[in-house]
Amino acid sequence: MSKFLVVEDSPTMRQMIAFSLKRLNANIIEAVDGLDALRKLSGEEKIDLILTDINMPVMDGLKLVSMVRQNASLRDIPIIIITTEGAEEDRERGLALGANAYIAKPIQSSHLIRTISELLP
Amino acid sequence: MTDESRAEKFLELFNKSRDFMEELLRENERLRRELGELEEQTKEYETRYTEIEQQNNNLASLYVASYQLHSTLDFREVIHAVQEIIRDLVGAKAYSILLLDEKTNLLQSVACDGEDIMPGIEKLSTHMGEGIIGEVARRGETYYLDRDDVNAKPSLQRPLAAVPLKIKDQVIGVIAVYKLFVQKPAFTAVDYELFALLAAHAATAIFSAKLYSQSERKLNTIQSFLDLLTTSS
Repeated sequence: MSKFLVVEDSPTMRQMIAFSLKRLNANIIEAVDGLDALRKLSGEEKIDLILTDINMPVMDGLKLVSMVRQNASLRDIPIIIITTEGAEEDRERGLALGANAYIAKPIQSSHLIRTISELLP
Repeated sequence: MTDESRAEKFLELFNKSRDFMEELLRENERLRRELGELEEQTKEYETRYTEIEQQNNNLASLYVASYQLHSTLDFREVIHAVQEIIRDLVGAKAYSILLLDEKTNLLQSVACDGEDIMPGIEKLSTHMGEGIIGEVARRGETYYLDRDDVNAKPSLQRPLAAVPLKIKDQVIGVIAVYKLFVQKPAFTAVDYELFALLAAHAATAIFSAKLYSQSERKLNTIQSFLDLLTTSS
């Protein structure tokens, strides 16, 4: 069973993402900010995919993406940014930092699942 | 074999192959028709699939919104859940949640987003029946800015949408949406559903949380009083 790390400070969005991913039958692990995500990534569980928001307290999603990409044991994990920041320059910035895909909120479950399928064949 | 019988034989063979060719052409035409029908069916299935996907997504949004609204009795957490629904599920960049003070009949902003693009939104207040927001509160009917009017631009007093928060016929507040995110050009069908859900569920959730915090305060006061009595006796 695949393990997805959902990094979101909004409980509404965490539940919405988890609900959307139900049909993929993945194990969803939740983190409330970037730092919490790094703690969970350094645990024993191997994470197959990270879905992260950008605007979060303590550590934002962009910092998380760059830290994951700098870490030798984590750098290959695919990352999807899910954010309200939908401007083209935001998208480019997120992808330039090393995210594999960028989805603007509000999310469409079908779009999210398609994106995941492309990243995890 | 004479030339005549050879010619007859050839003619017979020619006729047979012509019949066969015609049969093949008919079969080809039939198969092409069937293929066309199948393609049409596939298109219909694809459309239906997309519709069902959309419905699933809409139901997920409504389920999550409803679940979050009723997941707590803490007033601030309920307001926070309403904010998350407006921002993350509807896609609103600037909005205000106004609650009605029954004593003064004044609607006042208790939470908002988008102070940078809609200055003054954090101090927004209006009397019942005053302007678009006040009128929405008085009538209890949702307002949408006319999207066909190209000159219709939202302003502090004229939101994109104003949704009354109602418990039966009693309005306890209004949600005013001023601007959507750049990736969200207009409201979609599910947004209208979400607004309808917010109108009823957010109102009851906010009202319940207020009642709960009031009863908690009263309970604490009584408890303190009892403690005082017990220690002094």
